[in-house]
Amino acid sequence: MSGTALNRRQFIGTGAAATAAVSGGFIFGFPTNATAQGQAPEVNAWVVIQPDDKVIIRIARSEMGQGTLTGLAQMVVEELECDWAQVATEYPTPGQSLARKRVWGDFGTGGSRGIRASHDYVRKGGASARMMLVQAAADEWKVPASECTASKGVISHAGSGRKSSYGKMAAAAAKLTPPTEVPLKDPKDWKVLGTRLARLDTVDKTNGQKVFGADLKLPGMLTASINACPVFGGKLKSYNAAAVEKMPGVKKVVAVGDNAVAVVADTWWHAHKALTALPVEWDFGVHAKAQQAEFNAVLKAGLDASDAVVGTSNGDIKAALAGAVRKVEAVYAYPHQNHATMEPMNATAKWTPERCEVWTPTQNGEASLSAAALAAGLPAAQCEVYKIDLGGGFGRRGAVQDWVTQAVQIAKQLPGVPVKLLWSREEDMTQGRYHPITQAKMTAALDGQGNITGLHMRISGQSILAGVAPQNIRGGRDPVVFQGLNNGGGEAMIGYTFPALLVDHAMRNPHVPPGFWRGVNLNQNAVYMECFIDEVAHATQQDPLALRRKLMVQHPKHLAVLNAVAERVGWDKPAADINGQKVHRGLCVTHGFGSYVAACAEVSVSAEGKLKMHRIVAATDCGHAVNPQQIEAQVEGSFVYGLSAMLHEECTVKDGRIEQRNFDTYPSMRIAEMPKVETIVMPSGGFWGGVGEPTIAVAAPAVMNAIFAATGKRIRELPIKQQSLRA
Amino acid sequence: MARLNVNGQLLQHDAEADTPLLWVLREQLGLTGTKYGCGVALCGSCTVHIDGVAVRSCAMPVSAVQPHQKVVTIEGLSAESVNRKQTIGGTVGEHPLQTAWVKNDVPQCGYCQSGMIMAAAALLKKNPKPTDADIDAEITNICRCGTFNRVRAAIKEAAGITKTTGLDIIHITRSAA
Repeated sequence: MSGTALNRRQFIGTGAAATAAVSGGFIFGFPTNATAQGQAPEVNAWVVIQPDDKVIIRIARSEMGQGTLTGLAQMVVEELECDWAQVATEYPTPGQSLARKRVWGDFGTGGSRGIRASHDYVRKGGASARMMLVQAAADEWKVPASECTASKGVISHAGSGRKSSYGKMAAAAAKLTPPTEVPLKDPKDWKVLGTRLARLDTVDKTNGQKVFGADLKLPGMLTASINACPVFGGKLKSYNAAAVEKMPGVKKVVAVGDNAVAVVADTWWHAHKALTALPVEWDFGVHAKAQQAEFNAVLKAGLDASDAVVGTSNGDIKAALAGAVRKVEAVYAYPHQNHATMEPMNATAKWTPERCEVWTPTQNGEASLSAAALAAGLPAAQCEVYKIDLGGGFGRRGAVQDWVTQAVQIAKQLPGVPVKLLWSREEDMTQGRYHPITQAKMTAALDGQGNITGLHMRISGQSILAGVAPQNIRGGRDPVVFQGLNNGGGEAMIGYTFPALLVDHAMRNPHVPPGFWRGVNLNQNAVYMECFIDEVAHATQQDPLALRRKLMVQHPKHLAVLNAVAERVGWDKPAADINGQKVHRGLCVTHGFGSYVAACAEVSVSAEGKLKMHRIVAATDCGHAVNPQQIEAQVEGSFVYGLSAMLHEECTVKDGRIEQRNFDTYPSMRIAEMPKVETIVMPSGGFWGGVGEPTIAVAAPAVMNAIFAATGKRIRELPIKQQSLRA
Repeated sequence: MARLNVNGQLLQHDAEADTPLLWVLREQLGLTGTKYGCGVALCGSCTVHIDGVAVRSCAMPVSAVQPHQKVVTIEGLSAESVNRKQTIGGTVGEHPLQTAWVKNDVPQCGYCQSGMIMAAAALLKKNPKPTDADIDAEITNICRCGTFNRVRAAIKEAAGITKTTGLDIIHITRSAA
């Protein structure tokens, strides 16, 4: 055994108090955060300060690559006035939150909400702690708190020249009553917020020391691989455990719920090898013969069906269409897609009749706790979830916690033994919660001068809420379907003003379970709207930028990001040739997750129809920019996610099951396909927008519009992989 | 018991001959920095070096690796003897790629990054000044978070190529609210 590689400095979070004991190759994962240990004084729920002045900041949201640990820590530190070099972070547990009446608020990490939904109370946590530390010093020095100042973790009293560090005052501060009035700084006075700080969690991701859920090892732990019925809605009929029970390392073969079977073994490799050899019979159920072509036909029929519900509406669209001198019409389609996190779903569970503990990468620790309690048959107060940083989330590890349920169901059959369930890539591909499948029929009514007098957008297809949270559907209407198409509201607004507009939705739900997939419905809605606006521009011999500017007069923030990218590329002048190839441009602008985003793509398409994406210029107005270098990272990453989806990604159904099982049939974009990205961060202040998702939506339309500019052939179905780009 | 030379140490394991090297590293030797991503050598998360060449360990039976062959994982990329820089975020590996990775804040979730760094290290070993086309051809690892442009910038920085064409950051100063 090699012990040299096992010097895991940390286990949960990055807190100094979060430690891992190492012995003979085992990593002991325990609730080792400062809260559980009760060692360092907790000034308030957000701030723990050790006697050595180290500051541990509690983060309720989950880190999955988006940088939220660093961003949220910046918010606390800005108001706390401590030294950034002394900062570490840790996760409070969902069980601790439950016991303390949700003192840390929402644990949910999705919808690009990490910063924008918690900036107020997180900053107040830092400010309140600072006020208490200053008060503690003032009390000791017997001077008014108003005469004391705090900076870089040191409290000073100018009159007496006294100074003390936070570490020395933390214990006294913790005993004080928190202030009721907690003013926050004016953004113009920010010193930590708005700066290009390096992330707090980078180093361990470069030397193999980072412990992901898949890497977890507990004493006495067994490991499981699982196989659920490949047809959604099907059941487990029977399996022949005797056929594999004597294979190396196999401990137990267990039914999991009513639709899956797992092999538990000493190692995952042994478990998976036996699972692969296990004879299983399924009852495939009513969807056993479901085929992709049938879904497509059902969605197509929905484009003209009479049962649609209205999402957005203004003016008289019927009159506009009836009175149109000319109409432009186009039908678009967007497929099912898998999140394909690089780390497959996993959870480690330990169950006894009295208690259930789960270690898992999760976007929502509270949802994990609920799932664990339900599966364990125990009150939530007798359960606990230890969050581990995620090897990718993208929406898969949030609303639906199926893998947690499975892990507990398995562990319940081996009481007292921790069992790590790790899905194979094939399981991950075929048991997803997929990007919803939709089509859209776009119809523009034009007058004699080519002006748009009305626009009808009919969406037909899948509702995420119908599959994930049907209780949120009111009157047959799923409001999330209309993301980016709302007239008003701060969340996801259409930037165009039309004399008449109707966006409606004919809900058509195939049996493939839908999920929130990074960018969600903004992804396809931006393709439909922004490619179609481009179509109208070309049909009416208008410049695509000029037409958008004309329609965006009443939406200056949309217009500002659009103008920023147009100016940066020099839209008025043709792009220079690259390697003898003509370079063509396409635009896109949208609003989602509270932020305004635009992109201009520059591409070439060879005579043979080969696409080369050279450069994308992107602009983001997220109101307040917490960490511009991380915003740039999110924008760059969003282009990978969005362009990979546009180029390659599609899940199709054959005989009720997903056909794609690994990255051979579900390819993901690689570095060779990646364009340069130039990011313009242009926060206009006054609001808080998300940055993890909105830019994904502008990736595909900008490139697709550029492809049209290059070829004159309009691509209206994603992914573009099997389509000829030239006529 | 079979033997493997991993990160300069001769180690014993009792895995069956057909066990992929990845799972011997992870489950027998406790070296979990090397990741499982696809199991069929498509994604590159499991990349290690065998005698300096990048190998996808998930599809390499352990029996195909001889005891005299030198296996290096992410944990062994920087020699133990060299001083490492201790920072608040951990211990920065001394390999130029690890330094460049930290300087460029390359990782997002981090899961693919061990394999990405090992693939890049093997590239620089045989081609110390790679062109963009070389990087495109040799770095075929999948990253779903989308770190590619910073990966490219970090490789070029580690290679001493100052121009980081993949990364062009513009920051318009925050306007007063």
